[in-house]
Amino acid sequence: MNTFRSIVFSSVIAGFIVGLIVTAVQQFGTVPLILRAEVYEKAAEHKHEASAPPHAILVHDHADHDHGAQAWEPKDGLERNLYTAGANILTAVGFALLLCGFFSVRSGATGEPISWHEGLMWGLAGFAVFTIAPGLGLPPELPGVPTAPLLSRQIWWTIAVLATAAGLGLIVFRRSMPAAIAGVVLIMLPHLIGAPELEHVESNVPSSLSHQFVVAVTLTSLVFWSLLGGLTSAAFAYFDRPASA
Amino acid sequence: MSQSQTAQAQHLPVATRQVGRLAQSLMAMTLGLFIVGVVGFSHIDVIHNAAHDVRHSNAFPCH
Repeated sequence: MNTFRSIVFSSVIAGFIVGLIVTAVQQFGTVPLILRAEVYEKAAEHKHEASAPPHAILVHDHADHDHGAQAWEPKDGLERNLYTAGANILTAVGFALLLCGFFSVRSGATGEPISWHEGLMWGLAGFAVFTIAPGLGLPPELPGVPTAPLLSRQIWWTIAVLATAAGLGLIVFRRSMPAAIAGVVLIMLPHLIGAPELEHVESNVPSSLSHQFVVAVTLTSLVFWSLLGGLTSAAFAYFDRPASA
Repeated sequence: MSQSQTAQAQHLPVATRQVGRLAQSLMAMTLGLFIVGVVGFSHIDVIHNAAHDVRHSNAFPCH
């Protein structure tokens, strides 16, 4: 289990560092925008409840309340940010395990340790696969902006990620013209089918706020994936030394 | 892994070692995807609320 242990060690260390850095970056980028959007979201909910007849409030609470009226949620401030940090670290460790699996297969096949630069390239591929591709059809959304049903968006997101990963793989690793064409078509396919969306979107969250959010999410994600690719590959090259020596 | 195990692994044919490495890599990748899936995609309210800001910040489908 030497390889598995090296992968887990590298991923936990790199994921922990990247998770903490990204939590700090989010405090200046995405989080203030989420908090501002929630002011609009709550205002809209109150207006809705005040204007609805009493029986409609019950229906709203049971059928429509996304956050779950009774479910636990962290208190605003430190507690909420601690949970955000924890979730960021877990996400980073999870994606690091994925990247490191590729590093391990690659260095096993070539016999060469993975370089930080190749790691960075894999990180950028992760940025394209997990942020750019699904974000074209489903742009980053602020709270309070109505969207198509959650499950349909999660399914489309997954299809876009898989198609983009497979398409890039075909282009990069099968150096042939037909494979490259198939790769490009595969990457385009989920977008030609189209992401699930609502016919009419009405929101009191200003569109300028939504636009700022798209930019903040994309830039934060670029930092996340660049750091994760570079750090995970450096850590894995270190921990995997005895096996490749 | 103990020294005797390491010595044993080095005597295995290259293809067998490659398969072992591939299997371990796939196991790690599956674990990684499982973690991301729970944090980013679980429909359980408590997990959604704890990871709420991260889901929005990563542009995972939320709400």
